[in-house]
Amino acid sequence: MAGDMKFAKTHEWIRYEPAGIATVGISSYAVEALTDLVFMQLPAVGRKVKAGESFGEIESVKAVSDLYAPVSGEIVEVNAALPNQLETLGKDPYGEGWVVRIRPDNPAELAVLLDQSAYDSHISSQSH
Amino acid sequence: MSYLPHTADDVRRMFETIRLSGGPGDMESLFSGIPSECRLKRPLKIPVALDEMELESHIRELAGRNSSPASAVCFLGGGAYDHFVPAVVDQLAARGEFFTSYTPYQAEASQGNLQVYFEYQSLMTTLTGMEVSNMSLYDGASAAAEAVLMALSVTPRKKVVLSASAHPEYRQVVETYLANLGVETVIAACPSGVLQPQDLVQVVDDQTACVLLQQPNFFGCIEQLSALTKVAHAAGALAVVAVDPVSLGLLKRPGDCGADIVVAEGQGLGNHLAYGGPYLGILACRESFVRRMPGRLTGQTLDRRGNRCWVLTLQTREQHIRREKATSNVCTNQGLLALRSSIHLAVLGPQGLREVAESCLAKASYAHRRLLDGQRLSARFDQPFFKEFVVRDPQSRPNELVAELLSAGYLAGVPLGRWYPELDDCLLVAVTERRTRAEIDGLALAINSLFVSSSPSHHNNHAKHSVHQSAF
Repeated sequence: MAGDMKFAKTHEWIRYEPAGIATVGISSYAVEALTDLVFMQLPAVGRKVKAGESFGEIESVKAVSDLYAPVSGEIVEVNAALPNQLETLGKDPYGEGWVVRIRPDNPAELAVLLDQSAYDSHISSQSH
Repeated sequence: MSYLPHTADDVRRMFETIRLSGGPGDMESLFSGIPSECRLKRPLKIPVALDEMELESHIRELAGRNSSPASAVCFLGGGAYDHFVPAVVDQLAARGEFFTSYTPYQAEASQGNLQVYFEYQSLMTTLTGMEVSNMSLYDGASAAAEAVLMALSVTPRKKVVLSASAHPEYRQVVETYLANLGVETVIAACPSGVLQPQDLVQVVDDQTACVLLQQPNFFGCIEQLSALTKVAHAAGALAVVAVDPVSLGLLKRPGDCGADIVVAEGQGLGNHLAYGGPYLGILACRESFVRRMPGRLTGQTLDRRGNRCWVLTLQTREQHIRREKATSNVCTNQGLLALRSSIHLAVLGPQGLREVAESCLAKASYAHRRLLDGQRLSARFDQPFFKEFVVRDPQSRPNELVAELLSAGYLAGVPLGRWYPELDDCLLVAVTERRTRAEIDGLALAINSLFVSSSPSHHNNHAKHSVHQSAF
């Protein structure tokens, strides 16, 4: 289902789209681990981010977590409807639950990210 | 059970535990690890012990050396004021349920405390014209610093503009908080006693996170607050406004003048001067910044039976959960003082607060006129003021003047030279509703008589001196 996606160890996913744009979201594992979501803060469109930099926040009844950019680039679009319907993150984390779209500065940065099976073993090692 | 530590019995049992007999050499052997050159080889030079009766009279004698508003007529201000505290505030706040309670670690177990904090928050939002208030911070200065950190996190920019007319100690605390954060601070000069909007325009830019303003300002003068907040907003900066809560009985609320974050020292609302603390930091802001707000927040909700109840809100952003990414390092509040301010405001009501403010204004205006009527002092700033004003001593001896007036029974004011070298001939005088006409007249006469007795041209003029004496 997610073969064309890559993952950051901080639980964001990224998928390259045509026209040099990448969509970023939060993995279903992370969404489940956060439990009941109450708030999300998105960045301004046009903001430049570096790989590993926090670009937003997600808050559950238990904790507040940062959202980290998997690659460097410019935020070109945000899913503005998402903060008002956080349940979408749980229902469709890799589709309707996308968070931002980034125009990456350097597509080579994708290489250091995890593929699905590497991410799966990352989370199974974390949960032990 | 003994309440004294280290009774002979305790000591014996402790020695037994570490398998020593407690014999004569054993106590010495406990200290054998400390090099002999580090050890004191004589008895401490302390006086013999006093019994309770002697100790009480000794402490009373020491306390008697303090000057306080109880022993001298207080015209001191500069952030802490001798406002009247109705007895009901002391009486209710001293109830054991409030006075001895510390917020339990399960805060919701103490619904009474949370209800007080919720009411405090509601009073503060109404008073300031803001949408949310926290449960209080340490004092006005730390509230100002926390507000600046909030603005840096909201915008996010790296420059802060501080009005020179904002409390110099608040600015010092702000600069301490920012010392290692790579933030540039710029002081906006106020040569006319207020910050002119056109001067503010010169120092704010697209990197400015916020402007720290004070209303009435440190000199007591009334700023053109709406015009100043407009300048901040035009640059995309937030307006952080420190206010005197008592002045809000008369002045337009900062929230109605464009303030984004309002801070205040709450001492004047039902809290005694108490030699400088503990005081009460008030912080309120627009709802859109609530997730960047430091400190604790009480929220109102319903329990499972549908009854109204209170809970701590947004704790996930506090230090004990979010660690280094928390909104601040403050996870506590000045609960007892917040309670006192809540009782105080509830007792006064809106009309009472207005009357206190009107009384301060009228008495300060009278005092200003009386002090300038004499020959010693002159005006410094030509600005409207609330309960505090700056006067100039053309002899440039404000510190000596204050010392001389203290022996005459007056805490006359705060010399400004230690913060403002250009104002080292100036004195900040505060007049609250507690000052009587006789006290104000007395201060004016005392100043005048000092002028006559210390002015070189009149120094030995006993005839002139006695004329002034007779005016008492």
